[in-house]
Amino acid sequence: MRNNKFGFTIHSDNQINLDERDFNLYHKIISGEAGFMSCISCGSCTASCTAAAYTDFNYRQLCHNIRRGQNDAVAKELSKCMFCGKCSLICPRGINTRKIINLLHKELSKTGQYAY
Amino acid sequence: MPQRKTILVIGGGVTGMEASARLAEMGYRVTLVERQGRLGGHVDNWDFLFPDRKPAANILNPLKDAINYKVDVKLSTEITTIKKLNGQFISSLSTGDFVKTDVILLATGFDLFDARKKEEYGYGIYDKVITAAELEEYFSGKNGYKLLNKDGRGKIGILHCVGSRDEKVGNEYCSKVCCVTGVKQSMKLREYYPGYEVFCFYMDLRMFGRYFEDLYREAQEKWGVQFIRGRVSEASETHDNKISVRFEDTLSGKPMKISLDLVILLTGFVPASGSTYLKEMLSLDIGKDRFFKPVDEHLKRNHSSREGIFLAGACTGPKSIAESITEARAVSLEISSFLNKSE
Amino acid sequence: MNVEGKKRVWKEYQKDIASDHYFYARSCIRQNFFPGSETTFLKILREELGKDIYDDPRHTTCTGIAYHADIVPFETTMTVVARQFSLMSESGYKNYVPSCITSFGIYTEILETWQHFPEIETKIREMLWKATGREFNKPENLAHSSDIIYKYRDEIANKGKFKLINQYTGAPLKVVEHIGCHYARMFPHKGIGGAEYPYVLTGMIESWGGEIIDYPERRHCCGFGFRQYLVKANRGYSVACSKRKFESMAPFQPDFIITNCPGCPYFMDRWQFVIAEMEGITYGSGGQGIPVLTYEEVAGLVLGYDPWDIGLQTHQVAVEPLLEKIGIPYDLNMKYKGEKGKFIGTPEYPEVLKVY
Repeated sequence: MRNNKFGFTIHSDNQINLDERDFNLYHKIISGEAGFMSCISCGSCTASCTAAAYTDFNYRQLCHNIRRGQNDAVAKELSKCMFCGKCSLICPRGINTRKIINLLHKELSKTGQYAY
Repeated sequence: MPQRKTILVIGGGVTGMEASARLAEMGYRVTLVERQGRLGGHVDNWDFLFPDRKPAANILNPLKDAINYKVDVKLSTEITTIKKLNGQFISSLSTGDFVKTDVILLATGFDLFDARKKEEYGYGIYDKVITAAELEEYFSGKNGYKLLNKDGRGKIGILHCVGSRDEKVGNEYCSKVCCVTGVKQSMKLREYYPGYEVFCFYMDLRMFGRYFEDLYREAQEKWGVQFIRGRVSEASETHDNKISVRFEDTLSGKPMKISLDLVILLTGFVPASGSTYLKEMLSLDIGKDRFFKPVDEHLKRNHSSREGIFLAGACTGPKSIAESITEARAVSLEISSFLNKSE
Repeated sequence: MNVEGKKRVWKEYQKDIASDHYFYARSCIRQNFFPGSETTFLKILREELGKDIYDDPRHTTCTGIAYHADIVPFETTMTVVARQFSLMSESGYKNYVPSCITSFGIYTEILETWQHFPEIETKIREMLWKATGREFNKPENLAHSSDIIYKYRDEIANKGKFKLINQYTGAPLKVVEHIGCHYARMFPHKGIGGAEYPYVLTGMIESWGGEIIDYPERRHCCGFGFRQYLVKANRGYSVACSKRKFESMAPFQPDFIITNCPGCPYFMDRWQFVIAEMEGITYGSGGQGIPVLTYEEVAGLVLGYDPWDIGLQTHQVAVEPLLEKIGIPYDLNMKYKGEKGKFIGTPEYPEVLKVY
């Protein structure tokens, strides 16, 4: 048995099974900041974001991924946030976006993923 | 004393009832014909209404009182033919009677889209796929089935735009009120079944009315309803009798699937079969969406393409109950104005 | 599951299938990889049902694979198809029966195109005349060969010697049906039962005593895809599609898969071998895989034909366990003996997949 016995490898599944995703981080965040549930993905945060102007940091997408149980890239992305507060200023739903960043730092450092 | 002018109102839903009450109040002799054995139309099937969650009975009871003894109500009656003679309309009814009136008001409303036509969702084939209308019946205790285990855990999905905004079923229009219905029902589902997560699968969220945005916020913040922007493409039954649906989470651009314990289809409006029958008989104009077309969308919203025949309510297109009642009042004024001029 | 709901859908999608005098167009894939299937089909129609079916040696490929792989332009495909129709009219037939589902899709697409754009039909007539000096009539009836077997499924059941029942448990066999993509997806009304809940194979299995399994990835393509597998490095893409189907149907423990497209059983049979050898995963019980059969082969087994005459020895996934379940006798010694008992050679044995 060899993975490329016939000269090709089998493509992996691109379709995500939401039943198998891990929503623990999502639940931890909403217990610390209920506003996390109010997001309508309007994108104002990313539009105004300082870090987004110079890196590929995307706050809307980061939060969206957590909501869909996609937690892999969170630690790496989090280091790009400058904590400037422009996102909190603009959010039309009044979400405390800075607090969410704080909560993520705390949660990830607990699991050793991010050194605060 | 001049003889009282007479009006035939076809359709005993909220629009027909309110218009009949107003016209009777103005002094006209009103005959209200309804094909079912009861008044109230679709609203009689709903449990509680948006935006304030009042019970449907809170609207129907006052309306029924207002027409009691003031309007000649003919239940379980249909229109067979209508002819015009000497400026009046002669309508023959399925009971064998004839009614001669100066004006006809069509309040024939809508039918709900037949969800079986969206074969890919499996309505009528998979047990756990139901329509929003059926869910209202469950809420109001009308059919006494058990949908889910109240203490259980799982996931419920609400699918928006079923039979609306869909060229494949010939309905390109938006049915307007389904989105807010979905939001309203999502909250009640979370209340009834606290162990179940609720997901709404939408293309656009049409929160067009007053307080609708508040309902959306409440669904998200108080009840934790999750909104996924992506239309469900197909539903299949899994080995453990759940429904697996495929969708794209368009905000992340990834195709996904999820298994649900219950699927609710927000079916849209189509013109009532009664409307279609009368449209043929009276040769009335209809729009591209097959609902009745009034003479003008701003200044003559209640005038059909034929003089003396008026339109009100959902028979001219999807609308909310509040809008239908407003239209019923507006058309009463238009009819009165028309009858005064023709003296 | 509410079967009444499905029946209602099936009633909506009915089509006219001719009852006799068929012009048969063989399939490139089927006659090369499952030659016994087409022989069985012709035998059933001629000997069991007494039908007149003409197998013209001069017909060619419909160029469907090439058209779908963007190698041959549509005009060329239409002209080749026009020649096929010309052969049909020349032989005095009006009912066209292709063996391949992709062909069926091509013919349907072309006839629809000519109906909506008659100027294209005129142009193709001209092109055929210039190229070959031939003229043609369009077929009066176009039905896939699985439609024909579907139409006569009850006759086959009546003449049948075996039913699709597990002889050890007495329960109907659990069957997964796989319909070729080009059968109904483009023109749902040209397929029996439509595109969402096709009935052509379900009807056969029900008639012959089996039970159809509905599973989540039922509608998924097997991955044949033409462009994908032609280039070896891309084949992993095709395999992944079949693998997704196997993963989805495995919990339902099907006894076998029935298909009507020639490419689908080819892939679903071979890819089980590939997945086993590459990843060590087998489906079905005992590491033997889930047998994949074409509808002609199933019909042949029901009628009691010898499995090796039907051509089941060319299958990669062992069919012997299935034959035992049904109670069909077979002689393993005769498996690799061809006509007049001549030894035709055995294939190389796989590492992981268990075969007989």
